[in-house]
Amino acid sequence: MSPVKHVYVYRAFERFWHWSQALLIMFLAVTGFEIHGSISFFGFENAVTYHNIAAYALIILIIFAIFWHLSTGEWRQYLPTLTHLRAYLNYYLFGIFRDAPHPTKKTVLSKLNPLQKLVYFGLKTIILPGMLLTGLLYILYRYPQQHGVEALNVESLRTIAILHTAGAFLLIAFLIAHLYLITTGDTVTSNLKAMLTGFEDVHEKDDDDTKEVIQSQETIQQPATETAP
Amino acid sequence: MKKILLLLAFAAIAVLSAVALLAPADAPPSALTELREKMETKPAKKVDHAVFPALQRRFERPQDVTETCISCHNHRHTEVMRSNHWNWEREEYVAGRGVVYIGKKNAMNNFCIGAMGNEKSCAKCHIGLGMSEAGMTYTDATNIDCLVCHDNTETYAKASEQGGAPVATLDFGHIARNVGKPMRSNCGVCHFYGGGGNNVKHGDLEEALFQPTRDVDVHMGIDGMDMGCVDCHITEEHNIAGKLYSLSSMNRNRAYCETCHGETPHESGVLNEHTLKVACQTCHIPVYAKVNATKTHWDWSTVGKLKNGEPYEVDDEEGNHTYLSIKGSFKWGKQLEPEYVWFNGTASHYLLGDQYEDSTATISLNRLHGSYSDADAKIIPVKIHRAIQPTDPVHRMLIMPKLYADAEGEGALWKDFDWRRSAALGMEKAGLPFSGEVSFIKTEMYWPINHMVSGKDATVQCTECHTRDNGRLAGLTDFYMPGRDYSPLVETGGAALLILTLVGMAAHGSIRVIAAKRKNNGGAR
Repeated sequence: MSPVKHVYVYRAFERFWHWSQALLIMFLAVTGFEIHGSISFFGFENAVTYHNIAAYALIILIIFAIFWHLSTGEWRQYLPTLTHLRAYLNYYLFGIFRDAPHPTKKTVLSKLNPLQKLVYFGLKTIILPGMLLTGLLYILYRYPQQHGVEALNVESLRTIAILHTAGAFLLIAFLIAHLYLITTGDTVTSNLKAMLTGFEDVHEKDDDDTKEVIQSQETIQQPATETAP
Repeated sequence: MKKILLLLAFAAIAVLSAVALLAPADAPPSALTELREKMETKPAKKVDHAVFPALQRRFERPQDVTETCISCHNHRHTEVMRSNHWNWEREEYVAGRGVVYIGKKNAMNNFCIGAMGNEKSCAKCHIGLGMSEAGMTYTDATNIDCLVCHDNTETYAKASEQGGAPVATLDFGHIARNVGKPMRSNCGVCHFYGGGGNNVKHGDLEEALFQPTRDVDVHMGIDGMDMGCVDCHITEEHNIAGKLYSLSSMNRNRAYCETCHGETPHESGVLNEHTLKVACQTCHIPVYAKVNATKTHWDWSTVGKLKNGEPYEVDDEEGNHTYLSIKGSFKWGKQLEPEYVWFNGTASHYLLGDQYEDSTATISLNRLHGSYSDADAKIIPVKIHRAIQPTDPVHRMLIMPKLYADAEGEGALWKDFDWRRSAALGMEKAGLPFSGEVSFIKTEMYWPINHMVSGKDATVQCTECHTRDNGRLAGLTDFYMPGRDYSPLVETGGAALLILTLVGMAAHGSIRVIAAKRKNNGGAR
């Protein structure tokens, strides 16, 4: 076993980005579904105003986040990989109930497990850009027509609005799963604590190899009950 | 160092773009204030007609007054004689029909149906004098009735059924010495009483507008801007801007709110976005017939019921006729929510002699054109007047019956109650065939609602349209409206996805808890 150390994993900007993005998306969901006619809370006009302001705020935040990820090289964390994917599916479907350890060790160089990589990659390349694009079209769709650029005219809001709504449902489903999966860390609150304080108990690298440190497959196969005294 | 500079440059760009995006691109808030100031200055009269020597005399006939007017205003009569007010018709181009002259001679409505044969009576509201039964006064300039529009004494009045002649006892000299810009009373005396009574036709033009308060009309309110008709209906060479689509087909010479208020008058950008597809009136006239009821339905098929051999009338508690032996049955409404249609400024009309295809369908007498995909069209509020009116089922042609006559026995419906005879006489006069059969058909007529404007504190609210059920725009289904429309597939799929996720997470969590408990128990044993 590699030694465990109390390490600063999530940096200040990363945490600021994560939590403000979380709040903005939740706020966008509430106001968005009010505009959609599903709920009634702020009043329709306020909901529209707030939704648009929050949308621009989120866009600005995303621009900063992209810059941060590029400049720090952290974007590599999200590169999807099939390695250990099966192991992780196994872990969440079976191992977790037997108190098996996570199939891989978290390090500063590899914060995300393969499932997270895959899901976040999809989120960042499909869902969020899709929401951004449909959202911007939703806000701006009349203006091309107003300025008479016919090639830019969008005939109807229908497709834009329906795609935007579909994306919203997917994001909320993600949010539910995400909130639940917080509890699957080393302890129920360890993941939450890490994202709040930035510090987490992570496994140090065994050697100077820059590849992510992983545990052998055998550990996963080992029944959890046998490790119990 | 490079990194920091880059970061700073980037932050600056982000802040600037944020400011640019979030800053409201609105009209300056002072625009409305400026308008108010402009309208509050009422210019004094430029000319005092009371001192003109030519008017210091007694006028026997109204034509003498007109002659005197023309002796100074020596081109104005040519302007008047080009106007539709004078000609009872307009030159219009209607797609699919070509250039046509549309007016009271050939247009059909579903109130008193048409003017043909009733000119002497109709001329009470014509700007001509001396209208004969044949309706031929269109060449003599001295028959222009200057005073009906320009009397500022509010004493001028036309006599009933006298071919447009004024009441004989008037002091024409006094009136002529007190002429000026048309006042609300000059326009209102005809336009408020169309259809034979107050507010019968328009619904948004009625005698309450002689002295309205701001909550009836925010512009005309005597406790507010106190604006007159001609302040909006701007007139050049006696050509008055603004027209009604019961008789107009083309998108020209209209009176727009935007003329004064601009295209984007709101402080809120979201509201300004609406102006591309929604007319100002749609939100700013939440109800019409605010003070007095307007006629909403006219059933001609019940004409002719008698009591003791005599015609009679039935009124509702507010004094509106609900039945007249000569005209049939009526429905009225007050404080009405308009209906809404797309309108691009053009219309087509059912004209006298037109044949319809389907005798079971409702005939639209003035079809307003437009749709969501029409870039020129906006949603406008309308009063739709519905009726059941006489038709010839054989020739599939609406009937123009002879309604009015001086005496019984001349075949007029209003005297003799004989549909066949009055239809035969009316259609003969129109030069149209008549089969001898009279049946009844449903028709509707669109009256764009433009008056009785409410201020910003009493407008239509967002959720009156942006709502799932029974919104004001529930009938306009050719576009996606946020808050109303959705994809049932996405809605059902989305709900299912959320439920599945919740259930999945709950199940997963429960198994974890149970597994942990078992393990702990096992440990204890």
